[in-house]
Amino acid sequence: MNRQRSTFLITILCFGYAFLYIPIVMVVIYSFNDSRIVSVWGGFSFRWYLQLLENRQIIEAALLSLRIAFVSATVATALGTLAGLALARMGRFRGRILFTGMIAAPLVMPEVITGLSLLLLFVSLQDLVGWPGGRGAATITIGHITFSMAYVAVIVQSRLMSLDESLQEAAMDLGGRPFRVTLDITLPIIAPALLSGWLLAFTLSLDDLVIASFVSGPGASTLPMWIFSKIRLGVTPDINALATVIITIVSLGVVIAGWLMFRQEKQRQRDVQ
Amino acid sequence: MTQVSPAQSAEKPAWLDPATKPFIRVEGVTKNFNGFTAVDNVDLEIYQGELFAILGGSGCGKTTLLRILAGFERPTSGRILIDGADMTAVPPYERPVNMMFQSYAVFPHMTVEKNVAYGLKKEGAPKAEIQTRVKEMLELVQLDGFAERKPHQLSGGQRQRVALARALVKRPKVLLLDEPLAALDKKLREHTQFELMNIQDQIGVTFIVVTHDQDEAMTLATRIAVMQAGRFIQCGTPKEIYEYPVNRYVADFFGTINLFEGTVSRVEGEGMEVECGAIDAMVKAKSFETIQPNTRLTIAVRPEKISITKEPPDHNDKSVLKGVVWDLGYHGNLSIYRVKTDSGVIVQVSAQNRIRSAERVLEWDDVVYLSWDVQSSVVLTE
Ligand SMILES: Nc1ncnc2c1ncn2[C@@H]1O[C@H](COP(=O)(O)OP(=O)(O)O)[C@@H](O)[C@H]1O
Ligand SMILES: [Mg+2]
Repeated sequence: MNRQRSTFLITILCFGYAFLYIPIVMVVIYSFNDSRIVSVWGGFSFRWYLQLLENRQIIEAALLSLRIAFVSATVATALGTLAGLALARMGRFRGRILFTGMIAAPLVMPEVITGLSLLLLFVSLQDLVGWPGGRGAATITIGHITFSMAYVAVIVQSRLMSLDESLQEAAMDLGGRPFRVTLDITLPIIAPALLSGWLLAFTLSLDDLVIASFVSGPGASTLPMWIFSKIRLGVTPDINALATVIITIVSLGVVIAGWLMFRQEKQRQRDVQ
Repeated sequence: MTQVSPAQSAEKPAWLDPATKPFIRVEGVTKNFNGFTAVDNVDLEIYQGELFAILGGSGCGKTTLLRILAGFERPTSGRILIDGADMTAVPPYERPVNMMFQSYAVFPHMTVEKNVAYGLKKEGAPKAEIQTRVKEMLELVQLDGFAERKPHQLSGGQRQRVALARALVKRPKVLLLDEPLAALDKKLREHTQFELMNIQDQIGVTFIVVTHDQDEAMTLATRIAVMQAGRFIQCGTPKEIYEYPVNRYVADFFGTINLFEGTVSRVEGEGMEVECGAIDAMVKAKSFETIQPNTRLTIAVRPEKISITKEPPDHNDKSVLKGVVWDLGYHGNLSIYRVKTDSGVIVQVSAQNRIRSAERVLEWDDVVYLSWDVQSSVVLTE
């Protein structure tokens, strides 16, 4: 009985994972395909990777994406940390749940709506104050900051919730002023949470197509935007190679973030003892 | 060290000497949390060098009172004075007190040495001074070999000593300790109790210790305040509280005690006779308060104040009960008897085992007489 159920479970599990990963594995495999026709296997080769390196458009789009991701993740981490600290610090006040909920709302907001509202904001700002002069890298960065900041704030706040408040009180008791205590005690202890927040913001930004498409201007194409425009003309094998590179980078990010969170959880359990 | 705590060295304890000024004054402090009164109109005077214990069950407001003293909570009303200065509105980082938290709150990302040095760094002490003082302090708490360890590499008892060292290195005028020993196992707890007393004696700092363990309070403290539901119900030396409890709660909280309810039948000056229906006996007692005949009250008698004999006692100024040995237990230096009176009430008696003998003097079902002096009857009107 028990054994039967376990084979049944394993079968389901295999189906689930196959469903998730076979498309990705296909992309990776076909990126090494020597044939020009995507769906026909023509032997193993690195030629699409080499071709990637020669394609200036791809390189430029990739660099732009990385730059935007780096800047937006950094700013979002700073702002999100401040928001998380403020929410956790203010203690129990009326409407706290509302504020906590409001900071998490962008997480569930459809991207189309976020993109559209940001576009409207930029357009009307331009009419009112003449800034931003045109849409491009700067507006994409701002767009990415707004939604990834929410992720960072949620991560930081939940870490702070589980932080023993008496640590900060003890530091104050020993003569640390509240601001110094945040620098000396709070931030170092929650540093792993900040780093995983940063990595999450970074991958979210690399990933984003919808918001970037809304708020970008003619000059600036991020990597996902470039790929999307290319796909419309048909899939070429070099896109498989590009996708494989992106998959590698993103999974590295996710693995590092996960490892950090795991280590932090273990540390927390040790602190509790 | 040369400094000696005045509370222990003076002929007369500081709290009885009208010439000494209290070091800490708590004046009518009340703390409300959204309508719930956690600390209720507490008055308190603590003298320099004291080891003062605040004792009470869980949730009675001990931690809240301590947090008010440390500056983490602002009292709803009342004042806190330390060394004559009003501290009610002073933030924790500017008060001359330090606190040892119930959770110890040792900084997990710093080594033992950095933990202890933290407070001195915030004071802006010179590097060389920090080093020597941290070293001294680590020696005092016997952690010299552990300076470079991180907190997760320490045992509970060691972490507790890091927290102690970290607070003491600042040379506070008062150290507040919130259940300092609660997280330790029994053996370590007893050992640490004496260590704490030693350290306090050596450096002469005033200690205020919060605890829910009456044995701990009895062993440690120069004075004890008993707290219940946010109020102080009695404050005095361990002996005063043990021998003269003010009500049944305090009497019951400290050790075992026999309680007999009764009605005053005759009053003669300080003395009185109380008719206790349940044990069917006249109990002789004394009270400094004037008590009217027919008052209902409780007589409390400690087990060790009762003598147990096979013959009726010949003095007639004692209170006497007759019963049979219901249960007896041998505890090395003590024998504990549970005697069932003729009326069916169980009375506990303890007696020193003075004579070395394998045979018991008293056995199960022996008929015995219990008797005690007038002074041993504690009169409780609440
Ligand atoms: N910040 C707070 N908000 C609301 N109620 C509190 C707060 N702190 C303590 N209390 C309440 O005050 C009472 C006394 O708490 P505490 O001083 O921690 O008790 P003790 O240390 O004696 O166990 C408890 O009933 C607790 O629930
Ligand atoms: Mg407590």
